[in-house]
Amino acid sequence: MFEWTQAFADWLIFQVFELAPESNLGHALNFFVYDTIKILVLLFLIIFLMGIINIYFPIERLKNYLHRKKLYGLEYLLASTFGAITPFCSCSSVPLFIGFVQGGIPLGVTFSFLITSPLVNEIAIALFLGMFGWKATLIYAGSGILLGTFGGWLLGKLKLEHLLTDWVQKILANAEAKESDFEESKQTFLQRIPEISRNAWDLVKGILLYVIIGIGIGTAMHGYVPENFFAEYLGSGAWWTVPLAVILAVPMYANAAGIVPVIQVFVAKGVPLGTAIAFMMATVGLSIPEGTLLKKVMIWKLIAIFFGVVTMFIIFSGFLFNILL
Amino acid sequence: MKSIKILGTGCPKCKTLFNNVNEAVQNKGIEAQIEKVEDIQDIMKYNVLSTPVLVIDEKVVLKGTASNASEIEGLL
Repeated sequence: MFEWTQAFADWLIFQVFELAPESNLGHALNFFVYDTIKILVLLFLIIFLMGIINIYFPIERLKNYLHRKKLYGLEYLLASTFGAITPFCSCSSVPLFIGFVQGGIPLGVTFSFLITSPLVNEIAIALFLGMFGWKATLIYAGSGILLGTFGGWLLGKLKLEHLLTDWVQKILANAEAKESDFEESKQTFLQRIPEISRNAWDLVKGILLYVIIGIGIGTAMHGYVPENFFAEYLGSGAWWTVPLAVILAVPMYANAAGIVPVIQVFVAKGVPLGTAIAFMMATVGLSIPEGTLLKKVMIWKLIAIFFGVVTMFIIFSGFLFNILL
Repeated sequence: MKSIKILGTGCPKCKTLFNNVNEAVQNKGIEAQIEKVEDIQDIMKYNVLSTPVLVIDEKVVLKGTASNASEIEGLL
């Protein structure tokens, strides 16, 4: 699919700029151009695809479905999957949380959505696809969804309702199975394509800089960090590297667009893929800014429990990947 | 005079929507009172799940999108 990108990168760097393919600079720039174009194309395609899905499955539809049907536990999986396919915007997580609580959706199911929404997002999926291939992407997305499912279920079992802030508890007491209305679109699919592509393009434009910086750092590290550098210093697969990577990553907030190209270098230089996935999940899934936002609806104790449970699950899946991969 | 409200907790998208609305109102040359609603408890009264939200005369017309000036002109 991406031969043309390589051909273009070869032409641009070796013919136009006349750099020798054997030179360090020529090799690095070629890699940079190739990677950047490939990632941007993938980003656009994935975001476009998500845009289509979202028109046909708006979040209101999930909410209505969840309180209309008895699902015998499947509701956690459903909420988590929806969290993965809904474009994540941290500014929407609080309204969503309240909306679910207001609509009588159990707290655990709401948590399932809340965990997966940032953890598995379209930007990270596109980058994973470009940098690690479809197998690693499936593992990342699949385990993220399972993590949200079980994390939400566990948090639901812990009966944490009393740790919500007062005004949310009042909403909870008055919760009723209110249907959220959403407009069934009257436009045909073809009529909507320009709008979906414009939105996708806007999103890609918004993260363009991060992608370029990320790939730039990645390219530079490729050339200057010696092979097996991390394997040597972190001890290949020593058990404590997973919790260490995750705990370092939780308070960090980085855009997936910037972090994945750097992680790719880590992996190329000897960090196990499982550790790398766990690190990435912790970076995008949990962050201090997100905790601050949630402060409006939860007291600190609940935020701590929420973060603690998710962190534990990420560490656990990191171990699992390292065994399986 | 139309009453226009923009609901949102202050994310970049909310600001874009606010600017788009201002542009649309100017282009159309209508009189409108534009108000930002940033308090989450007030936002939740409109029973919405994603922000930003555009409310015209107390009716929710746009959810979760910053949209653009020409589309908003159509809604006004």
